[in-house]
Amino acid sequence: MNIKILGPGCSNCRVLFQNTQEALKSLEMSADLEKVEDYAQMMSYGILGTPGLVIDEVLVSSGRVNTVKEIADLLQKK
Amino acid sequence: MLEQLTDWLVFNVFGFEADLAFSGVLHFFIYETVKIGLLLLLVTHLMGAINLVFPIEKVRKLISSGKLRGVEYPAASLFGAVTPFCSCSSIPLFIGFLQGGIPIGVTFSFLITSPLVNEIALALFLAAFGVKVTLIYALSGILLGTVLGWILGRFDLEKHLESWVRDLAKNKANDGQQSALSIRDQVRHVSRDAMGIIKTIAPYVLAGVAIGAAIHGYVPTGYFESYMGEGAGIWSVPLSVLIAVPMYANASAVIPIMQALVVKGIPLGTAIAFMMAVVGLSLPEALMLKKVMNVKLLSAYFGLVAGSIIILGYLFNSIF
Repeated sequence: MNIKILGPGCSNCRVLFQNTQEALKSLEMSADLEKVEDYAQMMSYGILGTPGLVIDEVLVSSGRVNTVKEIADLLQKK
Repeated sequence: MLEQLTDWLVFNVFGFEADLAFSGVLHFFIYETVKIGLLLLLVTHLMGAINLVFPIEKVRKLISSGKLRGVEYPAASLFGAVTPFCSCSSIPLFIGFLQGGIPIGVTFSFLITSPLVNEIALALFLAAFGVKVTLIYALSGILLGTVLGWILGRFDLEKHLESWVRDLAKNKANDGQQSALSIRDQVRHVSRDAMGIIKTIAPYVLAGVAIGAAIHGYVPTGYFESYMGEGAGIWSVPLSVLIAVPMYANASAVIPIMQALVVKGIPLGTAIAFMMAVVGLSLPEALMLKKVMNVKLLSAYFGLVAGSIIILGYLFNSIF
């Protein structure tokens, strides 16, 4: 599984990154977790607000910081 | 009713003398905090609900569909007002709108109003100055975004964008494969996000109300009227706009303080201009937008907004 956090490095993006790490830990899952800070790459997922959460190349959320539980739910649906 | 409740709490439960300056300060602090808290709950939930119906992706689709031809400037400005603003989202938003084929001027209409009219400012304005002043504030903000976006749209702005932005803007908009979330989950988010916003700004609001309460209790009524005199009134508007620019982060603290200052004789128009500049001329947003456009366009954009706020300040001072 590949997870990308889209955002230029603002505080919201950092919180989303941490929440995603925690969600993975709580589910005892492992995944490639990467930050995307390049706007061209970010825009290719069609976001209009940061931070964005991409799971296996699918944009599942943008413009809000998801809680650990939300991310866990999203990961389990995959 | 809230007034009586605060009276009872301060004078009967805490047992402060009514003519003591400190009991006035305490009264002001409790009364304002409860009032602001209730209004914040109401307005953040309301805006969250509107945003649920009109998420930003839908707004872009609607504007770029051409269905709003003729009213795209006021529409973009209005949507900007009801969309929560985050300075770090300005770049994806700007490029995303261009990719949707939305003209740069219309995009500016959205970008100008979005920080200016937001749920926090509206709730704090309602608490501090009542419905009438809040409506005037919101309407002039939306009007400002409409007119300035239109003015900027008269010029050929594309050459002022950075080349990587122009290249990206040529790509067709990707609609994104949004939201795996059910409607029920999304409704739950409205409340969670609203509480999140309130929690984030709470320390600033409390600090602002505390300073406001101190001013309320210890600065004599009409103090600034005598201090500023006739001539100073002219300079107070542009000066307050200038001071306001670096204060973005403290917007939630500024409005409760201004409320107390207005009572003590700061002209309301000057106060509104100051608060508009605090929320509307955001330095973090400028630093972000610097990456997508050259200094010329950025200065034109900021200069126009600042100039209009100054004019509005004079206008309000002559009305109120």
